[in-house]
Amino acid sequence: MTVTGTTLSRRPVPAARGGAAVQSVRDSLVVAQRNLIRMIRIPEVVVFGLVQPIMFVVLFSYVFGGSIAVGGSTDPGTYREFLMAGIFAQTVTFATAGAGAGIADDMHKGLIDRFRSLPMARGAVLTGRTLADLVQTALTLVVLAIVAVIVGWRIHEGVLKALGGFALLLLLGYAFSWIGALIGLSVRTPEAATSGGLIWLFPLTFISNAFVPSGNMPTVLRTIAEWNPFSATVQAARELFGNVPQGYPVPAAWPMQHPVWASVLWSLLIIAVFRALSVRKYRSATA
Amino acid sequence: MPGAIYAEGLVKTFGDVTALNGVDLDVPEGSVLGLLGPNGAGKTTAVRVLTTLIKPDRGKAVVAGIDVLRKPNDVRHAIGLSGQFAAVDEYLTGRENLRMVGRLYQLSGRDAKARAGELLERFNLAEAADRPAKTYSGGMRRRLDLAAALVVSPPVMFMDEPTTGLDPRNRQALWEVIQELVAGGTTLLLTTQYLEEADHLAHDICVIDHGRVIARGTSDQLKARTGGERVELVVHEREHIAPALGVIRAFGKGEPTVEEHTRKVIVPVSGGAKLLAEVIRELDGRGIEIDDIALRRPTLDDVFISLTGHAAASDEPGPGGSASGPDDSVERSVEPKEVAGP
Repeated sequence: MTVTGTTLSRRPVPAARGGAAVQSVRDSLVVAQRNLIRMIRIPEVVVFGLVQPIMFVVLFSYVFGGSIAVGGSTDPGTYREFLMAGIFAQTVTFATAGAGAGIADDMHKGLIDRFRSLPMARGAVLTGRTLADLVQTALTLVVLAIVAVIVGWRIHEGVLKALGGFALLLLLGYAFSWIGALIGLSVRTPEAATSGGLIWLFPLTFISNAFVPSGNMPTVLRTIAEWNPFSATVQAARELFGNVPQGYPVPAAWPMQHPVWASVLWSLLIIAVFRALSVRKYRSATA
Repeated sequence: MPGAIYAEGLVKTFGDVTALNGVDLDVPEGSVLGLLGPNGAGKTTAVRVLTTLIKPDRGKAVVAGIDVLRKPNDVRHAIGLSGQFAAVDEYLTGRENLRMVGRLYQLSGRDAKARAGELLERFNLAEAADRPAKTYSGGMRRRLDLAAALVVSPPVMFMDEPTTGLDPRNRQALWEVIQELVAGGTTLLLTTQYLEEADHLAHDICVIDHGRVIARGTSDQLKARTGGERVELVVHEREHIAPALGVIRAFGKGEPTVEEHTRKVIVPVSGGAKLLAEVIRELDGRGIEIDDIALRRPTLDDVFISLTGHAAASDEPGPGGSASGPDDSVERSVEPKEVAGP
């Protein structure tokens, strides 16, 4: 480097502007913007993130459809409609792996150290990341919904309720990205965060009402499935889309009887707990 | 009044490992402290404590007059940190990286943009400003990282091994930037494994090993502790060794030593360059032909070895960036550095 000879002007350190809440929102948006720029520069991540759910839509629809009885019917069309809320919900939970890997990568590269040495709001790095993941999740849902319509999925309760269903799905995805944030802060490598973010999702999403009615499961699994936070959102979305098959026995467990409330409460609880744990972990994070 | 960076009795353990074992530091405003030590000595831990990244188990730290443990966020307003790895987002452009850091230092959008432009110019990154940092060379990333640490002209800067992994040209360039920064009044704490770097940049040096400060002082003071200067000369003919000894004994403070096979005569002296000139005149007057003569002073490598019993950086090539193996690096550490030649 040839030193240009121009001396850098001295810029006085600015005082904090606005209150803590304003700063927190502003910093989070700066970090979210950074993560969205990354998303645009690495479109593979978004594209690959779409492949798996699309594959699931097609495979489950055509391989299982016809073999699985829902509400006493083995009509493939009925199963396809039943299935979609489950696939949508499973897809939003994959945001966990994205958030975890992203944050672990930032730790690994020393970026978290840089952020932690800056006078910024404490939770902003994590909030910014989860907000960017929310945008990605929303994009994924849009594409997935189009594919679902192509294979024959329809809504039957009007657009507003359907939008409500998607809102609940996004809230669940946002909650799960906070679990991912905690995983990302707890592991040593981005690879560990990816696998650590995914393995437990399979039992969680399969021991549920997402792909088959929980009524046929052994008692223990059935109870888990009925109280699974994931099942509440699936059931809520299914109702709001009008995709509950005729004659489908809704389990008596409270979350299954009041799925919209259960979904909102579960998601908010997850956010509250995992946000607090993650921010605490972030404060003492060491690469 | 304590300096711009002040630490007292810092202790930090990680499990069984004691990273810091009672470290005291005091860096006067506007000066540079070189924290010198091998890998794992505790340099990085000390920087991480002082930059609010980790809490010490015991001890006290004050940076820019602010208590690090009580008011970490106020400290963050007053410091810049350039860590061991170039901490830049490689998918963001240089400009985007600097604007982001500016915003997070709580600059307004407009100020962050203007400052990013200024820093990119200053660090010779203007042409690459709108390329993702992924495409940058190692030296460019380092410069971008340093620029990010300077977004708000913090009064106190921390640089953790700023030139590790840089080639000699880039290292030199970075040294110039650092010197300019210090000339502007910034207080700097710099860690390094490179003795030459501490010698070159730091006013004061703390040698740290196993979490303890084992020596401190100016570079000259540390060298003086390892013994003084000596004259080394190589005569042209082997038979000139004896008369040369006769001459040099008169100037020396101690008994000269002779390396027969290299025709080298070494004698401890005091008197510096003036004495060297006299030695040369005397030898010349007696017709003793010499191939080489030099006044040599101990290097920080010598200091390090005499303090710790081992070389400072035995597992990495030195700042010369030569493609030498570890053997050579040890030899270089023992070989005194030339200060004044004939």
